[in-house]
Amino acid sequence: MTEHKIRMGVDIGGTFTDVVLEVGNSQYSAKVLTTYIAPEQGIIDGMQQVCTKARIAASDIQQIIHGTTLATNALIERRGAKTALITTQGFRDVIEMRTESRFEQYDLNLQLPEPLLPRQDRYTLHERVAASGEVLVPLQRKQVEELVIELKGKSYQSIAVGFLHSYLNPEHERLVRSVLEDLLPDVIVSLSSDVSPQMREYERFNTVVANAYIKPLMKSYLDRLAEQLSDQGVQCTIFLMHSGGGIISLENAAEFPVRLVESGPAGGAVFAADIASRYGLDKVLSFDMGGTTAKICLIKNQTPKTSRVFEVARTYRFKKGSGMPISIPVIDMVEIGAGGGSLAHVDSMRQIRVGPESAGSEPGPACYARGGTRPAVTDADLIMGKLDPDNFAGGSIKLDSKASAQALNDEIGSTLDIDALTAAYGLVEVVDENMANAARVHAVENGEDLADYTMIAFGGAAPLHAGRLCEKLGVQRLLVPVGAGVGSAIGFLRAPYSFEANRSVYMRASEFDPSAIKELLNQLSEEATGFVRSCDAQAPITTQYKVYMRYAGQGWEVPVEVAPQQAQEPKADEFIELFERHYKALFGRVVEGLDIEITVWSVNATTPKLSTNPNQRDVEPDVKGGDSSQLSSAAKTVGLRAIFDPARAERMEASLVNRDAMSTSEFVEGPAAIVEDETTIIVPASRIAIKRADGSIELIERKI
Amino acid sequence: MTKPLNLVAKQVMWNRMISVVEEQAQALIRTAFSTSVREAGDLSAGVYDPQGRMLAQAVTGTPGHVNAMAAAVAHFIRRIGQDNIFDGDVYLTNDPWEGTGHLHDITVVTPSFHQEKLIGFFACTAHVVDIGGRGFGADAESVYEEGLYIPIMKLAERGQEDRAFLNLVRGNVREPDQLIGDLNALTTCNEIGHKRLIEMMEEFSLSDLSEISEFILSNSRRATLEKIAELPQASADGEMTIDGYDTPIILKVSLEIKADRIICDFSGTSGLDKKGINVPLVYTQAYACYALKCAIAPEIPNNTASLAPFEISAPEHSILNALHPAPVALRHVIGHMVPDTVYNALDKILPHTVPAEGAGTLCNFQMSIRPRTDQVAPANTRRAEVLTFNSGGAGARPTLDGMNATAFPSGVMTMPVEATEHSGPVIIWRKELRPDSGGAGQFRGGLGQFMEVGATQGHEFDFSAMFDRVRFPARGRQGGASGGATTIARSDGQAMFGKGKQFVPHGARVLLEFPGGAGYGKPSERSPEKLIRDLQGGYVTPEDLEQSYGLSREQINAMERSILDSEQ
Repeated sequence: MTEHKIRMGVDIGGTFTDVVLEVGNSQYSAKVLTTYIAPEQGIIDGMQQVCTKARIAASDIQQIIHGTTLATNALIERRGAKTALITTQGFRDVIEMRTESRFEQYDLNLQLPEPLLPRQDRYTLHERVAASGEVLVPLQRKQVEELVIELKGKSYQSIAVGFLHSYLNPEHERLVRSVLEDLLPDVIVSLSSDVSPQMREYERFNTVVANAYIKPLMKSYLDRLAEQLSDQGVQCTIFLMHSGGGIISLENAAEFPVRLVESGPAGGAVFAADIASRYGLDKVLSFDMGGTTAKICLIKNQTPKTSRVFEVARTYRFKKGSGMPISIPVIDMVEIGAGGGSLAHVDSMRQIRVGPESAGSEPGPACYARGGTRPAVTDADLIMGKLDPDNFAGGSIKLDSKASAQALNDEIGSTLDIDALTAAYGLVEVVDENMANAARVHAVENGEDLADYTMIAFGGAAPLHAGRLCEKLGVQRLLVPVGAGVGSAIGFLRAPYSFEANRSVYMRASEFDPSAIKELLNQLSEEATGFVRSCDAQAPITTQYKVYMRYAGQGWEVPVEVAPQQAQEPKADEFIELFERHYKALFGRVVEGLDIEITVWSVNATTPKLSTNPNQRDVEPDVKGGDSSQLSSAAKTVGLRAIFDPARAERMEASLVNRDAMSTSEFVEGPAAIVEDETTIIVPASRIAIKRADGSIELIERKI
Repeated sequence: MTKPLNLVAKQVMWNRMISVVEEQAQALIRTAFSTSVREAGDLSAGVYDPQGRMLAQAVTGTPGHVNAMAAAVAHFIRRIGQDNIFDGDVYLTNDPWEGTGHLHDITVVTPSFHQEKLIGFFACTAHVVDIGGRGFGADAESVYEEGLYIPIMKLAERGQEDRAFLNLVRGNVREPDQLIGDLNALTTCNEIGHKRLIEMMEEFSLSDLSEISEFILSNSRRATLEKIAELPQASADGEMTIDGYDTPIILKVSLEIKADRIICDFSGTSGLDKKGINVPLVYTQAYACYALKCAIAPEIPNNTASLAPFEISAPEHSILNALHPAPVALRHVIGHMVPDTVYNALDKILPHTVPAEGAGTLCNFQMSIRPRTDQVAPANTRRAEVLTFNSGGAGARPTLDGMNATAFPSGVMTMPVEATEHSGPVIIWRKELRPDSGGAGQFRGGLGQFMEVGATQGHEFDFSAMFDRVRFPARGRQGGASGGATTIARSDGQAMFGKGKQFVPHGARVLLEFPGGAGYGKPSERSPEKLIRDLQGGYVTPEDLEQSYGLSREQINAMERSILDSEQ
């Protein structure tokens, strides 16, 4: 990758479309407003801006990588196509009955989210496959034809097919597809055995329905995009970022658009992973905080943790269970309703609560002086002195401290009998604690101890809160990279071509069948590699094998990584030993005497990670002890400001430093604020900040 | 400046303790072996001060443990003895009266030490796979037949596990490895809670929890009392009749709202049943309290102070206050009906607040499958026990339809059909919504569901039914109609009963219709848009629109035409 390749990353987010162009070692970025009606327009505008900055023509771009929130938004806003589901007789309501439970136990007026497809668009056929994969009731072609003729009159654009146990035997689903191709050739078809061949009908059916629902929309968008870029003179291939943190071809993305869900945040995690590899960090916690939510992800060995099911479109305070499950390979992220715009109130226990309700950009926090009267996190940050009212967003918005103080007093101070500053401190402590709790729980769920982790923070609000979060989590080291505002788009440029294939096949360790396992893993490997090959015909491809195991009788599987050589020559005792090691790391002890089950098998094929700036991999002075005497010199302080330090619980005189004016290895001791146009990095009294050769600001715990 | 700053730190610590018990509960879900814990959330976890007052309880878990958990640790302190509590100890019990209501629930309590001082306790409860005896069902005539009884005792002292005790347990249960696995899971989850708590105490340089407990309890007490003070001071009676085992059971309640507490007395309720559906008082208290909290103070977390103003009693030897040695294994069957009984009274004091009656009791059943015995069974047949969790419809609300096939008051989830079919040689042929089963009303009751189940080729089975609402379906409110009743039958025409173990021969299936929730408000007030939606989705059939909503044939035809137009 040393040749001067010209590549462009594009991230369509809810508010902004970020475009990043890399020409050799130079980077140019643009931020334009997302245009909902024609999202491709934002890309064209952004592309023209960066091309002008870089003085190149669109035809010079050699590769475009694109990630988008459009798929997610279409699901949240229910803007999909007219779609039907064909399913097994007796199971018409699987996507409506969900788990038959309430995600909030104490709300008598709870409303469950509506299924993506109303009941009248769900059809059944008489057929049945058993849990062994054998056919119990054969599907008659004639019956399928009769149904398809009925569907003809109803102008469906897209049809999802999901039968019970089709992940073991897809024949019936394929028969329906063949009839549809014959009789309704214009309708787009999605099979659950293709989209998500995993056990658990609610998740699988919901996933295939979601795929079908957004497929016409995404296909037409991707076609338009390709056409318009070509009109602009773009000649290169366009690739898409997928939820698992890799890149797939435009064609595959159009076929499985559900895999594009959450591709933007995935880019953020890849961005953090790239910083992690630049610094040789094996244990990283990425922390992305924007206006409405914060996202947390564990990155081990420079690879973000992945999961095979997640929930999209949560309808109730980001509560688990209030959205819809999508079972596809995805970067495992925790998202909580905590951002700069999150609003605070005092509940009946006299406790300050923050979020998930957000002030959004209109009216925004009270300090925007656009009519907001309730205190948001940004208001509290301002009152604590973390923000400069005259220099917010490069001075483009003047913040009104009085309005913030008023909102804090009205909503919190008067009820709790505290002043605005204490209310601000309380608000920020609560939101930081919420994020810290989410990180702690996520770490425990993955058997990790955050004490030896490094945090990488990006997103507009993250640098204001990351330092305090590190204090709360006992994390000693924090990196705030350059380009944090367009992190996802940069992440796209660092992502490998990759595809993960999953399948549910149930096997007990006592009935371990090496040849069946070998064959299954080879099949999956072929499938995954095929997708990657369609993107890149030459690059070396590595495969990673993962199996999901548990003790017989448990309901929770532990993902266990298996070496390629073990996948080629599977041995029961090796698999068991790997499982026990993972289990012990998670839960402290193994269970004697029980059989072990394997439920899901997964193979990820990937090209090597890209790093366009390998020459930036610099050797850092070892300052882990936080001893500033090893550092060259103190950064130039441009002023002083009183900033409230939550750990000390007092206002302290903090140094102000301009990030751009800092030279490599210059440092500033906390309490301090490192100011830049996009954001401000708060250095708590417990930390010292150093500028790194790649421009990152590193915060480390200070020696006392 | 000291006072307000303390306030912020205390708020953070309260948040943290709620997060700690949530972590504790999640760890339990991941490691437990019993289906009802991992799939259905039949568990609880909590943290206590040294006096045994509950400070926080995980939201994850089922309401049936709420009060029982709050009371349990005090029993442990009393039985073990204050000077017999050491670092490294672990205690347990499955006493239905001092634990959580039946032998299948094992409660594990761990004292928490910091700087060599007892600073509190962690407790957790899980429904275990098996506890010996007759197995999980209503057929025992006393608690002695229901399984192994473990009085409050030490599982470990100063870090030393009681091996003799564990051997005794192993010898008395059907799945010893899994049960020991469950005990491990319970112990581990308390350890996780303890570790997190100590980290918090170190971060805030605390040497004990007294200040933070006072803060949590006084704020919770005040918030609860404020909520109660807003209510009218009045009293009302409620009652509900349900199927019972052989004879119907009447549940009666007198509810009295006072200035600073709510008194709920179940006098007049039927006496004990011969079968194992009797309810220890702790379980009655849990569901009565849960019902009241949902209606009055839903956002206040459970702890000793927030639960204290709810005073719940029932006469001894009534079915809601069964004493030792009454059989109590299926106490949920009656216990789940307590909220609807309480709401029958509360509706008279607080109109337009509570829902109409719903399915109440979960529609659970167990299948004991074996190779067919009427002729030689094929070679690949086997024995298996399969327990499933299912729900009928919930009652309609004052401004909303009832939830279809959704558990209330229980907090459990169903299992995927595909997972159930992997767990034993069963086939679930049907599991879908049951049209017309939601009681008619301005707001319709939630639909119940159809199920159809059988064994795979070569097997026969016993079917243990645990259903209610066969004879007494959910009743509507404010003119709303009743929900559909439970029905159960065999595919070969043989009649079946709502409760008890019943044989199903090779080739036959069990056909089930689970009950719907009742309606709220007069059916004639239901909006045309909602009726069209009901008809279009098939939630209500044209016949039922005519019968239950009084629509004419012409009106229905017109609706059908407009639906057809919209579809094209």
